[in-house]
Amino acid sequence: MSEKQQDTNTVKSGTGSSVLGGVETSNKNLENIGVELLPIHTEGTVHAKRIPGIFRKFKWIVASFWLILFIGPYLRWDGQQAILWDLANRQFHMFGLTILPQDIWILAMILLFFALLLAAATAIAGRLWCGYFCFHTVWTDVFTWLEEKFEGQPNKRQKLDQAPMSFEKIKIKVPKHILWLLIGFATSFSFVAYFTDALDLWARLFAFEWGSVETTVVVVLGLATYFFAGFLREQTCIGFCPYARIQGAMIDTQTVVPTYDQDRGEPRGRMKRPKPGEEAPQLGDCIDCNLCVAVCPTGVDIRRGQQFGCITCGLCIDACDSVMEKIKKPKGLIRYASLQEFTGKKLPAIWKRPRVIVYSSIMAFAAGAILYGLATMAPIDVKALHERSPLFVQMSDGSIQNKWTLKIVNKQSEEMVVRVSIAGGPASLSYVVDENVLVHPGTVRSTTLLVKIPRKDLTETNTPIDIIVEDINKPEIRTVYDSVFIGPQPR
Amino acid sequence: MAGHNPWPDEGNTGHIWDEDLRELDNPPPLWWMLSFYAGFIMIIFYTLYYPTIPLTNNSGEFTKGLTGWTAIEEYKEDFQVLKDWRVAKFADKEEQLAAMSVADILKDDELKQYAVATSKVLFGDYCAACHGAGGAGNPNFPVLADDDWLWGGNVAQIEASIKNGRIGNMPARGMMGNLTDEEIDSVTDYVIALSEGKGNDAAFAAGKAVYAKGMCLACHGPMGKPLAPAGAANLTDQVWRFSSDREQIRNVIANGVNVKKNGEYIEGTRQAIMPAFKERLPNADVNVKRLAVYIHQLGGGQ
Repeated sequence: MSEKQQDTNTVKSGTGSSVLGGVETSNKNLENIGVELLPIHTEGTVHAKRIPGIFRKFKWIVASFWLILFIGPYLRWDGQQAILWDLANRQFHMFGLTILPQDIWILAMILLFFALLLAAATAIAGRLWCGYFCFHTVWTDVFTWLEEKFEGQPNKRQKLDQAPMSFEKIKIKVPKHILWLLIGFATSFSFVAYFTDALDLWARLFAFEWGSVETTVVVVLGLATYFFAGFLREQTCIGFCPYARIQGAMIDTQTVVPTYDQDRGEPRGRMKRPKPGEEAPQLGDCIDCNLCVAVCPTGVDIRRGQQFGCITCGLCIDACDSVMEKIKKPKGLIRYASLQEFTGKKLPAIWKRPRVIVYSSIMAFAAGAILYGLATMAPIDVKALHERSPLFVQMSDGSIQNKWTLKIVNKQSEEMVVRVSIAGGPASLSYVVDENVLVHPGTVRSTTLLVKIPRKDLTETNTPIDIIVEDINKPEIRTVYDSVFIGPQPR
Repeated sequence: MAGHNPWPDEGNTGHIWDEDLRELDNPPPLWWMLSFYAGFIMIIFYTLYYPTIPLTNNSGEFTKGLTGWTAIEEYKEDFQVLKDWRVAKFADKEEQLAAMSVADILKDDELKQYAVATSKVLFGDYCAACHGAGGAGNPNFPVLADDDWLWGGNVAQIEASIKNGRIGNMPARGMMGNLTDEEIDSVTDYVIALSEGKGNDAAFAAGKAVYAKGMCLACHGPMGKPLAPAGAANLTDQVWRFSSDREQIRNVIANGVNVKKNGEYIEGTRQAIMPAFKERLPNADVNVKRLAVYIHQLGGGQ
């Protein structure tokens, strides 16, 4: 950003006020490391103007994705809730697919995929998540939209905020807060409904039968939604959210973000008709109308360049384009552009950027692992636990016996009858195990396996054997567990 | 720290470092101060309500608080809740265990699993000291995971052994106590050959004669195998009750098991006593059955 450094290292307060507040400093340290302090908005709630435009439309379209959150719990599948995190029974249902804790590593892969998707998207086009998709951005957007419906334009809202408490003020404010609280409740209720049956949750709500956990989560999460989206707003993005701080490490000079075209815009100034005899001043395209600041939901001035308060929502682009249209100048004074473009260099193709290559290969790995996991997710899971005390037993007929406890998990939704058999080891090997083991759906069944080998046939202390567990009705459901038969030192 | 203060009106404390780094005197927000004072008020409440102030003279006494609440009492109450819950949840299973015979318990898969699951701690507390974890056995104490049972290996016999105990009994030097040292050597080689399943020579025949003379067959059976399980070892199998070492085998034949003279154990005799657990176990009616089922499934139950 050093090339954007302006005339001075003195920090002056702009639209907001800097933490140093207009104090002249003679400290050279900041200048030495090429840092420009940008003001952040600290003067009360930001009341941003809303104006129509392409990005405004795009934001609504993307935000409508979140409607799924509210609809999701009511989807049904096979007479059951389609998406259900059944914590009590430790099962995750998703459209007929049941995931048990044994397969939870797939979840780790899903998280990895999305973490890298976030990094890749940020490397290419900045805080796409923050600007369009983040639930905080979306909820705040909806909350302020409602606020405008009740209280009017930003200047009216500011006036109302400053006005002393009166009956009129309460009459305007209360319906808004009630609506906000209702949205908060809808949000937290929908969240809880993914963990328990949604219809049942409604029924129990009206019967006043909620337990403490449900009540606490719904109340706390609902109030948090109300508080964050209604009151904290841009302060969350600027002050709380860690993403604002790490984005500096995720964005480089090739990242396209909403940027003010300084070369075209400066020197900025109001357009005036020159008085007779006066020479028209040489001005850039920026007419310093401040509309880009007025529409910004976090109250930053994009003309100061990339800054951590900017969530790259593109609303300033809409604002500036509407002004450029009016004054008959080309659009795009503020546009999605990278710093490298302004130095005159071309951007390399997306797939030739090292960060994109690294991110997308990790994503490909994670996606491959997810697909592999889902495709090979066995309907049966077997753990064979070798008895450790005693490791082996001398039997009266001179053979050595080992004991296993088999834990058989049935991940299907119907009952399963399995047969256990052994492969490998000497021909004289014999074993005893329950003949047909019934495993109820979604449960673990343990059974005992006793294997005997005559001592004279043991050539090593460790003899590898395979424990085979198969469904007697569906032979394709079969799993082989490699284990080791342990005996005494051969004589 | 500079003496000069370029910001006289902003309420700083006058402590300025590096020209512009200064300490301000900003009061905390009101809500914060209110919580701070509320904290002090809470101290009064805590002091009155909970056991708080240690009293003098090292008596261990302290002010008891208004309700007499203590952490350990609360823990005990909570734990009692858990215990009651367990008792209620498994009451029907416990009733079944008490009512059914061990053989029937063994046939009921669910009940068997319950008995096994609830026996692990009990076995560790009462049995594993001698018989080893998992019935692995210890020197002089029998392995429970094998299929060699002196007193019978079906679950009812195991139950009887736990309930009433067992006392090993083998006379020294044969039934009449009249075997000579040479004869003992001879019969020692004979029983080792029996176990190994070989030996057809003269020494084997001589040992067999001593076996008859010592009337060993009365307990161990004519072919070295007891006719019914009554505490005598099966001499034809591969499991030795005490040791497979020849010197040790000879010692058992020479000095017997639990042999007493004038109320004292004779020197060299093996002591083998399984105490009766019907008095030792808590809730013995059910727990003996539970343990019998557990031991039966260790690996060698019949």
